[in-house]
Amino acid sequence: MSQPEGYIVERDALDGLLAALCSRGYTVVGPTIRDGAIVYGEIESCSELPAGWTDEQDGGSYRLRRREDDALFGYNVGPHSWKRYQLPAETRLWRARVGDDGGLLELAETPREQPRYAFLGMRSCELQAMDILDHVLGGGARPDRSRGVRREDVFVLAVQCTQAGGTCFCASMGTGPTARSGYDLALTEVLEGDRHYFVVDVGSERGADLLDETRHEPAGPREQDSAAGARACAAEQMGRELDTQDIRELLYRNYENPRWDEVAERCLACGNCTMVCPTCFCTSVEDVTDLAGEHVERHQRWDSCFTVDYSHIHGGAVRSSTRSRYRQWMTHKLATWIDQFGSSGCVGCGRCITWCPVGIDITEEARAIRESEGTPDAGS
Amino acid sequence: MQGLDDLIAASPTFAGLSPAQLELIAGCGSNERFDTGAQLFSEGAAANRFFLIRHGAVALEIETPGRGPLTIETMHEGDVVGWSWLFEPYKWQFDARATAPTATVSFDGACLRGKCESDHELGYQLMRRFAASMLDRLQATRLQLLDVYGNAARV
Amino acid sequence: MPLASEPCAHTAGPMVPVPFTVTARRQETADTWTLELDPRNGTPLSFDPGQFTMLSAGGAGEVPISISGDPGGGGALVHTVRAVGLATEAICRAQPGEALGVRGPFGRPWPVAEAEGADVLVVAGGIGLAPLRPAILTLLAHRERYGRLLLLYGGRSPEQLLYTAELDEWAQRGLEVSVTVDSAGPEWLGTVGVVPRLVARVDFEPASAAAFVCGPEVMMRFTVAALAEAGVGSDGVYASMERNMQCGIAQCGHCQLGPTLVCRDGPVYRWSELEPWLAIREL
Repeated sequence: MSQPEGYIVERDALDGLLAALCSRGYTVVGPTIRDGAIVYGEIESCSELPAGWTDEQDGGSYRLRRREDDALFGYNVGPHSWKRYQLPAETRLWRARVGDDGGLLELAETPREQPRYAFLGMRSCELQAMDILDHVLGGGARPDRSRGVRREDVFVLAVQCTQAGGTCFCASMGTGPTARSGYDLALTEVLEGDRHYFVVDVGSERGADLLDETRHEPAGPREQDSAAGARACAAEQMGRELDTQDIRELLYRNYENPRWDEVAERCLACGNCTMVCPTCFCTSVEDVTDLAGEHVERHQRWDSCFTVDYSHIHGGAVRSSTRSRYRQWMTHKLATWIDQFGSSGCVGCGRCITWCPVGIDITEEARAIRESEGTPDAGS
Repeated sequence: MQGLDDLIAASPTFAGLSPAQLELIAGCGSNERFDTGAQLFSEGAAANRFFLIRHGAVALEIETPGRGPLTIETMHEGDVVGWSWLFEPYKWQFDARATAPTATVSFDGACLRGKCESDHELGYQLMRRFAASMLDRLQATRLQLLDVYGNAARV
Repeated sequence: MPLASEPCAHTAGPMVPVPFTVTARRQETADTWTLELDPRNGTPLSFDPGQFTMLSAGGAGEVPISISGDPGGGGALVHTVRAVGLATEAICRAQPGEALGVRGPFGRPWPVAEAEGADVLVVAGGIGLAPLRPAILTLLAHRERYGRLLLLYGGRSPEQLLYTAELDEWAQRGLEVSVTVDSAGPEWLGTVGVVPRLVARVDFEPASAAAFVCGPEVMMRFTVAALAEAGVGSDGVYASMERNMQCGIAQCGHCQLGPTLVCRDGPVYRWSELEPWLAIREL
């Protein structure tokens, strides 16, 4: 539904958009600084955005640094992903009283009391990740959608990246840096001289409605060019690259590649990557009772394939070595996910690289495995 | 002894031997029948014979104090029972008992050992076949040893 | 301020157990019980042979258990359970009149329809006979649609065999039953030895035969090798696999087996599709 022309919203009119969302009953979630990182939290005005900050990311490293301008969105992605809203870290699915015959009485499912969310600052990779995760959670024969937001519930104010981070590789994964659809409004931030404005692309009717609530005017060719130029910067700056050509067949051929032994010597099996990854969806289901066994609750919480217990069957774990667990995670993300769910599981956001305490880099591991085969790249 | 050549040739263990070789082997063999419960051989006794089962069933057993005889394996039509006649000290390690009316061709071990010594080609052909049977049984025994039903469960 | 809250759904979500009452209980072996269950509200569970449910007792935890009943019967839900942990011990303690929670059925079933017109070998090891019992009952219920029907069944010892009272009845209905045990005392007059060794001793037409195999993974691999030697290619062999399962609805990720999810793409697999993956250690 996007109109080709685009609109301009000046910096000082952006607050109008947020105010309009709030008055329509939306809870706005956007980037904000906490504990030395840019995370996602509920915000009410643009003053809470990380104006003038940027992030420097590399393997195992994340730092905030002051910019020379006051850009509101001059950074990439932090340790939080929007997954925490789609798949809450811990949910109580239901609770019940245990009757004398072991039956469950007064069983109460946890009601879906979800605020109406508006996500401000979603990047292209994150829109893709949300779709991927939505498909995993909702695409099965009998999906449980009782917790977390669904893609269609959320009002999306996407932000087009105008720079790429040190660990970004969305260009390799075909998930960015520019979002083409899936948003209600998409903002490209432009700072030139003393002008600070946003070129806004409308992606839906409700997006158009919201835009009407604040001062805006059609964007001229010069502003369009500036925005396009800013977006092109992101495409040129990618910190990492991953050759996805036949990546599934490559990994399927290399289950016994010695590289897995090598990475296993570095991997701590800490599971950070699975927590920060916007598509990792594994959860554990646990029934918990009180001491007397009179009440029971079923909980679902984030789990990680890096734990030994994850693959436990009668008396032992199928994957007990770190080697097998790292291999499982990476092969799942880039290869078996395709067979299981019809797309790659990776969106190239780079979080797993940044937040790995020892800086293991999925793009480097993929490259090492490909190069170990000795055949020249067929071109990326 | 006429029918013996054919009986021996029909078993998988001795398949593919030449008529001359079959005649040599048959020369050491004779028909022997066992009623249910009859002992083919006992642990510790001199191992001078072995048996090719034509029909019926034979249980290989070992006597244990307090638990009586435990069955290690049962053998059936086409199986060869008994290997201890092949190597010194030529003593049975287990008991063998018919668990059904059983018809066998029983072979004189010393007789066959002698023929193998003088005819190495015959010896080679027989050893190959015995080795294949032993490998088969060793693999089955290893699977039994794993006690796969002991820990596996659908929880 | 409008909120997007919804009241509890009229039909409970897929993670909510449906209550069933234990109507009968039978001990099969020292650590295995068969339970018959009736739904407390509503219709009996309709399922296909080879499917499983997520079974729970009170708050002791939930486990995937194959359904062992007759799919065509419309009768009780039958589960044969081995007590090996907290959840299964609690389930095995349930007495007639007590409640168990059931979710399901889940999973891909034995291809009983595809096997019509040919001989079918059912090969079971230990508790592996439990997920195969519904297939056996289905095959016997439509006896005329199949060639020879054979059961090769092995257990640890005579005391650890399941459904012993039924084996004769099945034999009378046209199932050729061969039973073996890993070890036995003198009172056992049957075969002692491993299940794969039974394959060479039975008669069937291997080129078109289908084999349904269930038991410990090691036993299944040896059995498939014996079937191959007898002329049954891995295209005709189906096996029921097991992995850690927690949701049953392809959302928790635990049951991954290479490019598949056992709760959704299994537990019954065609061996030719499974084989390359089983060769990978710690897959």
